[in-house]
Amino acid sequence: MIERIARLGRWGCDTLESLGDAGIFLAQSMFGKPSAEGMRLWLRQMHFVGVMSLAIVLVSGLFIGMVLALQGYTILVDFGAEDALGQMVALSLLRELAPVVAALLFAGRAGSALTAEIGLMKATEQLTSMEMIGVDPLRRVVAPRLWAGFVALPLLTIGFGVVGVWGGQLVGVQWLGVFEGSYWGNMQASVDFVADVGNGLLKSLVFALVVTWIAVYQGYALVPTSEGISRATTRTVVYASLAVLGLDFILTAVMFGGLS
Amino acid sequence: MKRSKTMELGVGLFMLAGILGLVFLGLRVSGLSLERPASSFELEANFANIGGLKPRARITMAGVTVGRVRSIELDTDWYDAHVVMELDGRLEDTLPEDSTAAILTSGLLGEQYIGLSVGGAPETLGDGDRIRDTQSALVLEELIQQFVSNIAKE
Repeated sequence: MIERIARLGRWGCDTLESLGDAGIFLAQSMFGKPSAEGMRLWLRQMHFVGVMSLAIVLVSGLFIGMVLALQGYTILVDFGAEDALGQMVALSLLRELAPVVAALLFAGRAGSALTAEIGLMKATEQLTSMEMIGVDPLRRVVAPRLWAGFVALPLLTIGFGVVGVWGGQLVGVQWLGVFEGSYWGNMQASVDFVADVGNGLLKSLVFALVVTWIAVYQGYALVPTSEGISRATTRTVVYASLAVLGLDFILTAVMFGGLS
Repeated sequence: MKRSKTMELGVGLFMLAGILGLVFLGLRVSGLSLERPASSFELEANFANIGGLKPRARITMAGVTVGRVRSIELDTDWYDAHVVMELDGRLEDTLPEDSTAAILTSGLLGEQYIGLSVGGAPETLGDGDRIRDTQSALVLEELIQQFVSNIAKE
């Protein structure tokens, strides 16, 4: 019995300690003197994390916008309210779907790759050799990846929203025959730039930080074996997805909870 | 070097696309207009019952949107709803003092909004003035109750 309580305590201490480690890790790697070399590394990561994720995010956005319009239309038409389709598509995309789905895709597409890359660097002792020759791996390896993720995901989220709204227009207006003027007009009347677009972007900034932080930390702190890398990659996707969905609920409650 | 240039171009295009997307969301989706509304002014009105009116609801005049509801709170002097409206500055000092404000519903199940109709008095409403003539929201339960009690009387 006492053994069990002790095990619980040990688990609690370990969890807390690794959380603290992750926090120090984040602070140390995110803030530092920017340099030309750092910019070059950041650019490289932006290309890998942002530009290369563009295709999957935009295609998903298109399909999600189209499905939203299709499903929304079949329900709204029963109430003779199919004119409100634009507002439904735009609000659900901007407030919820774009930040969340883009972050989930980002965790799967870019987060897992970041973990595996850094993990392999650790397993092949590249990180230790960097320290040996006096290069700080936090600055050299981790910081550009963190900043790239932090900048790339909000941009991807914007792309997701734009393509989704356009996809909804494709299905709603071109195919199902909602009047184009009411699609855009109702959308413009109900979407507020600060409250809806701004809050959506704020959400995606939070998700960007959390997802890249989890991905990079899991890679940095893993057990340097092949099994360890596979476990850490899995953990990145699982933790990042759970964190995004959980944080989304909290952020939604704070941002839109009072405004029904 | 060659590869780095194409990479820079790719990242640059990506960021440009993101910014353009944000502009699209602003102008096309949320209907932000580039020219800021020159000015606005506030009017107050007390309603006996606001029904389902919410902050940010539309204020219309002859069907044209001319402003938004800024805040709604309970007036503890009269125990009715105190509504502050923000209207287009072009209407300042042009609306007659006896204009009326009514809470209307768009469609059968739609959102509620405030409809202004013009009066005929020579004095006009300025910033911070109060519209006295107001009409409450239609509450379905009250209508039914009235209807039922009328039937019962007969």
